[in-house]
Amino acid sequence: MSLSKIATNDMHGENSLYFDGWKAYDENPFHPTKNPNGVIQMGLAENQLSFNLMEEWILKNPKASICTPEGISQFKDVAIFQDYHGLTQFRNAVAKFMAKARGGRVKFDPDRIVMSGGATGADEMIMFCLADPGEAFLVPSPYYPAFDRDLRWRTQVKIRPVECTSANNFQITREALEAAYQKAQEENIKVKGLIITNPSNPLGTTLSRETLTSLVSFINEKNIHLVADEIYAATVFSSPRFVSVSEIMDEVECNPNLIHIVYSLSKDLGLPGFRVGIVYSYNDAVVSCGRKMSSFGLVSSQTQHLLASMLSDDEFVDNFLMESSRRLAKRHKTFTEGLVNVNINCLKSNAGLFVWMDLRHLLKEPTLEGEIALWRVIIKDVKLNVSPGSSFQCSEPGWFRVCFANMDEDTVEVALKRIRTFVGKGQEEAEAPTKAKRWKNSTLRLSFSSRIYDEAVMSPHSPMPHSPLVRART
Amino acid sequence: MNHSRSRRNPTREPDFPTAKPPSPGGSSGGGAGAAMRLIVPLQGVVQGRGGLILGSVIPGALYYFFQLYLKRCRSAKPNSNPPSPSSSSAQLADLSRSSSRSNLSSRGSVGPVRVSARANSIAKPNASPYYIGLERASEDPYDRFDNPDGIMQLGLSENRLSLDLIETWILENLERSMIGGADGNLNISGIATYQPLDGMMEMKIAVAGFMSQVMGTTVSFDPSRLVLTSGATPAIETLCFCLADQGNAFLVPTPYYPGFDRDMKWRTGVELIPVHCRSSDNFALSVTALDQAFNQARKRGQRVRGILISNPSNPIGNMLNKETLYSLLDFAREKNIHIISDEIFAGSTYGSEEFVSMAEILESEDFDKDRVHIIYGLSKDLSLPGFRVGVIYSFNTSVLAAAKKLARFSSVSAPTQRILISMLSDTRFIQRYIETTRERIQKMYVAFAAGLKQLGIECTKSSAGLYCWADMSGLIRPYNEKGELELWDKLLKIGKINVTPGSACHCIEPGWFRCCFTMLAEEDIPVVIKRIQRVVET
Repeated sequence: MSLSKIATNDMHGENSLYFDGWKAYDENPFHPTKNPNGVIQMGLAENQLSFNLMEEWILKNPKASICTPEGISQFKDVAIFQDYHGLTQFRNAVAKFMAKARGGRVKFDPDRIVMSGGATGADEMIMFCLADPGEAFLVPSPYYPAFDRDLRWRTQVKIRPVECTSANNFQITREALEAAYQKAQEENIKVKGLIITNPSNPLGTTLSRETLTSLVSFINEKNIHLVADEIYAATVFSSPRFVSVSEIMDEVECNPNLIHIVYSLSKDLGLPGFRVGIVYSYNDAVVSCGRKMSSFGLVSSQTQHLLASMLSDDEFVDNFLMESSRRLAKRHKTFTEGLVNVNINCLKSNAGLFVWMDLRHLLKEPTLEGEIALWRVIIKDVKLNVSPGSSFQCSEPGWFRVCFANMDEDTVEVALKRIRTFVGKGQEEAEAPTKAKRWKNSTLRLSFSSRIYDEAVMSPHSPMPHSPLVRART
Repeated sequence: MNHSRSRRNPTREPDFPTAKPPSPGGSSGGGAGAAMRLIVPLQGVVQGRGGLILGSVIPGALYYFFQLYLKRCRSAKPNSNPPSPSSSSAQLADLSRSSSRSNLSSRGSVGPVRVSARANSIAKPNASPYYIGLERASEDPYDRFDNPDGIMQLGLSENRLSLDLIETWILENLERSMIGGADGNLNISGIATYQPLDGMMEMKIAVAGFMSQVMGTTVSFDPSRLVLTSGATPAIETLCFCLADQGNAFLVPTPYYPGFDRDMKWRTGVELIPVHCRSSDNFALSVTALDQAFNQARKRGQRVRGILISNPSNPIGNMLNKETLYSLLDFAREKNIHIISDEIFAGSTYGSEEFVSMAEILESEDFDKDRVHIIYGLSKDLSLPGFRVGVIYSFNTSVLAAAKKLARFSSVSAPTQRILISMLSDTRFIQRYIETTRERIQKMYVAFAAGLKQLGIECTKSSAGLYCWADMSGLIRPYNEKGELELWDKLLKIGKINVTPGSACHCIEPGWFRCCFTMLAEEDIPVVIKRIQRVVET
């Protein structure tokens, strides 16, 4: 009973060695009281810092949820609504929110908003619309590991990395783009476009106006598409401010039919469970095709309705964006300063839910093997699940992505303490016993429910190859 | 949101040209591709595969040379971009403006922007009567009070008869918003954070329980064999991605749900081979016909991966009995292929006949479960198409493993899962709901079929689904697809009712129409009948 190639090949990426980090976490997850020596999850780019703002809004607005006595009058209409255009008020609200996340500097047309199954679905769908099997997209490296799966698996589109190095802080250069493009040409591979993440995952940096302009000129010149995955747009917490490709379009000569934006509410709003993916294209044919394809990943009308209400509440949104930024800035500062204290530097970043940590000086040898060896030590001994640079196709060994927004302050402290211990092992510094006492006495105020550790099935989705926890449990 | 809001392009219906798939020998009218018209006769001349190759190579070669010729012609032509500079000054100003624009474009691009072939194939404006009808109906929707002259929608198989029951349940049971946990504490992290992408275990348990209830508790479903997706549409596409490669085929008895053409074929590149069923045996599925189609496909060099059935059938509304299911299983075993059983209407039955799921058959068989997969969803039986909940149920662990990973592209919204977990777990309510819905569907069916009968229009005897399969062949002239579409058009424009013509469902006999009656109220039925009468009498 044979299955398809897609079902049996390795493109899902879950057989890679990077799974070991997830396995280690799943087998021994950290809990402040029940399992204080467990592995801390720092490989999941989830934004949990501003949940309480969401909670408060939902409580105060029962009408928004059609499944309450207050909201029930809307129930019938919403429950039957499966039009792939999406609820008008939902599209309007999303367009407004996207504009706000860009400081109101650009307006979005609700009629160009196409839904899809989360950012994962959006990335895949735009590939289906723009490229045929065998054609390629350029992706600056280091890049989000799941691109290998999401952009290629069912679409059979190829990915060609555009190498970026620490020499210039991993910025994308015209030379690198041209080199990658030429190389593909030589291999007789048709390059259909360039996909960038801005703000970048894993770097946490935003593209400068100059770089963005240069990218737009490049794609315009080659007549290839530009897909800007801007799902971290509202996680920018310090300067320079975010510049979206939509802002550049007016200033630089370019064919709008080549410009497409992928968006989602998973990172900016911290609502990955809602599965809201958006494709925004300036190309009518892509919007039309994408609309029809969105049947394969429509957003639940109940969820659309709730979000339409929430995102139309200007006061809430403005306050949320400001507060979320502030909390991210604070968390970023705490974490990076803690690292600097032990001579660990991170790439200077102004966005994202993670830092790009430089551990090159801790490698026994400056090779992939050295990086993996160090990574295994961090998983096993330091008990932190961090993501090694090689999983992001980074050409230089020794970089690690470390997420900091999916935990509370105390857990951050624990993580920093463990890093300090690890780095200071050579000096054999004894850890202050007072710290341990503080744990037992203080009333832990978690910013998210501790149920997340208790539930039988709880494994958060990894942007990396999917956690094996689900496999183990079913 | 008012009720006269237009509903456009609902998901589970197609909106692109539903071209008839090429049929060997060109049996049904119209749709056989030009390629087949060339290949088949050649196949007759040069027996077997030779004909296939010649039939593909010759047109391919001709096409290639034609393109080459065109290319040479194009390069010989002078570049027409820069406009002639000789003209009056006023015109010159215009010219230089347009010239600069053309300079811009020639500097900026090296040709037209190309999207994928996939995008092109679907972006063309759609001529399918199916799509046109849906759009017209949504532009001018009937409302008994606000728009009594509007178009009545009988082309959407949705059940609106029992939403009030669900509303009541919500009013009585969900006191706070959907994020309220059992202990009363808010648990937004339970709905906002990443959840297993193939559905929360609690949801799978609840859905498995619902499936069992809805199918008469004669069979139980194992939650660990479920993969949840955002609707039955991605469920069937995902399953197809797991079972077949590009170019492979599935046998599908006709008439079939028009949406299969998109869901199963579009992005997967898989083919659907129609296996025609006829009114003479009540559109029953014959294994002989399946066998014939399978062999013909093999001769053509086409690899058949499985059979796709809908049971209860859409658009007919009949159910497969145990005997047929057993023979299907035997056939699949013999050919070593899969069976996909789309059972999405399992709970929408109204006759005395009991629904038998493939799962029930397999419970009594101890072997060979690996080839059977069931598609389900909450859009029809629970009247919640907007909530996007679809199910892949399989006994094959490899399929489940692959489908689980693929579910990431179409996961069910977590807050929606929370609400449904509550609702589906209230088994007493669900029981009441199922029974009441059945009664209401039956009432509507009886009234509607009787109304049609008064006009001399018979429906196939059916016992499930949200529609009737009506024989209007006596009313079409000429007796072919053209005649059928003319009647469809008249019904839409003059009668102001939108029904689904059989040709959209690949029915081999012209004159059949699918009429969905569960979006109407009982009072609307006489109105529909009168309108049809109006058309019949012209």
